[in-house]
Amino acid sequence: MTETPIDRAARATPPSVARRVRGLSDRAIAWIFVAPTIFLLLAVNIFPLIWTIRLSFTNFRANRPNREVEWVGLRNYERILTDSDIWLTMQATAHFLIWTIVLQVLIGFTLAYLINKKFKGNDLWTTIIVLPMMLSPAVVGNFWTFLYQPQIGLFNYIVEFFTGIPASSFEMIGSVNLAPWSIVIVDTWMWTPFVMLICLAGLRSIPDYIYEAAEIDRASKWRQFWTITVPMVLPFLMLAVLFRGIENFKMFDLVVQLTGGGPGSVTELTSINLKREAFEKWRTGYASAYAIILFVTVFGLASIYVKALNKVKER
Amino acid sequence: MKLSTRLMAATALATTAASGAAAEELTLCWAAWDPANALVELSKQFEAESGHTMNFEFVPWPNFADRMLNELNSGGQLCDLLIGDSQWIGGGAESGHYVKLNDFFEAEGISMDDFAPATVYAYSTWPKGSENYYALPAMGDANGWFYRRDWFEDPDIMAAYKEETGQDLREPESQQEMLQIAQFFQGREIDGQTRYGAAIFTERGSEGITMGATGALYAWGFKYENEPGTYDMEGAVNSPEAVEALEFYKTFYQTATPPGYTDSYMEQGLDAFKSGQVAMAMNWFAFFPGLYADPDVGGDKIGFFVNPPQNQPASTLGGQGISVVAYSDKQEAALEYIKWFAQPEIQQQWWDLGGYSAHNAVLGSDTFVDSAPFAADFLVAMESVQDFWQEPAYAELLLAMQKRLHDYIVADQGTAQEALDKLIEDWTETFEDEGKL
Repeated sequence: MTETPIDRAARATPPSVARRVRGLSDRAIAWIFVAPTIFLLLAVNIFPLIWTIRLSFTNFRANRPNREVEWVGLRNYERILTDSDIWLTMQATAHFLIWTIVLQVLIGFTLAYLINKKFKGNDLWTTIIVLPMMLSPAVVGNFWTFLYQPQIGLFNYIVEFFTGIPASSFEMIGSVNLAPWSIVIVDTWMWTPFVMLICLAGLRSIPDYIYEAAEIDRASKWRQFWTITVPMVLPFLMLAVLFRGIENFKMFDLVVQLTGGGPGSVTELTSINLKREAFEKWRTGYASAYAIILFVTVFGLASIYVKALNKVKER
Repeated sequence: MKLSTRLMAATALATTAASGAAAEELTLCWAAWDPANALVELSKQFEAESGHTMNFEFVPWPNFADRMLNELNSGGQLCDLLIGDSQWIGGGAESGHYVKLNDFFEAEGISMDDFAPATVYAYSTWPKGSENYYALPAMGDANGWFYRRDWFEDPDIMAAYKEETGQDLREPESQQEMLQIAQFFQGREIDGQTRYGAAIFTERGSEGITMGATGALYAWGFKYENEPGTYDMEGAVNSPEAVEALEFYKTFYQTATPPGYTDSYMEQGLDAFKSGQVAMAMNWFAFFPGLYADPDVGGDKIGFFVNPPQNQPASTLGGQGISVVAYSDKQEAALEYIKWFAQPEIQQQWWDLGGYSAHNAVLGSDTFVDSAPFAADFLVAMESVQDFWQEPAYAELLLAMQKRLHDYIVADQGTAQEALDKLIEDWTETFEDEGKL
């Protein structure tokens, strides 16, 4: 009889350990294997979360640990929710989130649909398109500041070439009206390929025979698109939206590099605002309450969305 | 700690410092800029004399405060000596980051009377007005201006200015005259290129726009409090003069700066001037030696002037004091460095190398005024410097001002009155949290 790996492991186990293990139930052994993971989870995720919740009810400042910490109840939450500046920050985040997702889904899906067609150089084009998402966000933010520079930046000259608007007559990152769009454009440029890849995976997962059956039934290309392609790619698309939504809700590096939250505070997203409160002003208690509010918001929205995603998958 | 124990500790430190402690590796932390290079050069002499080795940790200005305050707050031992910004003195003292130097100064015969009073007040003392010293004035500095002398003395440009304004083109003697000159240069063709008025501070992230705008605010008569130490800000921070000054700075930004100049501080200002974009620029005196030595725009092509007065002469204070970090385990050697640095002859060498000494022996010497084209201006500026809050919560106070000023000046939101009113609300909330109101 050939020896299995389990037999070999059993033979290699020291007799003292083997005796102890023999006395354990399957459930206990399962716990022993799972315990390190649970311990790590508690230490790295759950404990900090509980600690943050506790801090959110205090006036603690991490830069002055010797100062007496006062219990302030719900005052931090009340201040945040009634602070008009924070609501402006939320609006800036919502603008960024909604427009980046809309543009990335539309452009990403279109690119995936085109790339999915068989043509010469297909692989080369796919590689070229996905290049932006391989770059570091800090690098992207930095070089786009040069592209947006009103005197020497390429972006303004391209706009001038196509529209006739003088290149030096507008400032993408210096104008209150254009700055929110400047960050949307850069994020879309960088992350549309990601959405495209997910859509491409969805498109390639549709078996050819479904289209062949539709052809036999004389369904038009338009009809095939709406009744086969879109419904079957939809779960992939929704997954891409979820990923991009979560990523962009916590967007920080790219925007800091690009606009620093300015001009004024028009591109100050919640993550930038939170970082300023926590690590520049050192209002740790206040920032903890802020973080909890954001966590609850993201967690709530994501839960609703995942339920919707599961329903779509079940169809 | 009891007084006797403190005295004993100070005496022990002083004795060790005097006799020369065992050779140590000291790390001095500062911002990465021109004077830091001069200090490296100067410190070689200390290494030769003391046997200690000097290491340096220089952090670029935009990250300097974040990096160093995190280091102090975490009780880090990276720095034995820190040349920290003047506004940190309150936090450094109250949080116990800096070693109190009174006993050491007394034991070593280092007198604060030997240093310019404005620098001692701003860089060394906490609480303000007290005689508790936490730093030795290391680098005097103020925000000043420089300009293209070759353009100002060009007959064609002078004639054009005279024709346009009816006045002579000269170093401005008021804030309004400076704006007029800057507007004259804005968009003007000189040597076939479009030039602009001036490079001013508009940076949002750290301290830029506050340091720039206070140059106008102080000149108009802005005050932080009605009475020092009362935190009574209503009517002071948002006085009619302050509103006028803020409107002035916004007009300056909108009508006399290069396009896209929305987030600019020291480096961007220097770049704009060195590349010939602007006729004038504001920046710290610390950069003036380097600018004067610049082969393209320095020498005869550059001139310097103090921040012009409006209702009163005033300049925004820069500069730093050198402190011993309380978490260092090489405090004896660090104190030895301070003792060495405080000597008049070392201070003279410091100035000669490009640092700005605050020692009276240097500033008051017969040769000082003629030792550099900006030396006389430096003395004038230091007579009327004003600094931002130096409270332990200064970072919070500064960020609030950064936001309100940038929202109004660059993002064009609201009025100057609203910006200053909101600033009072922000600052009041901070002082309430601090238990000071």
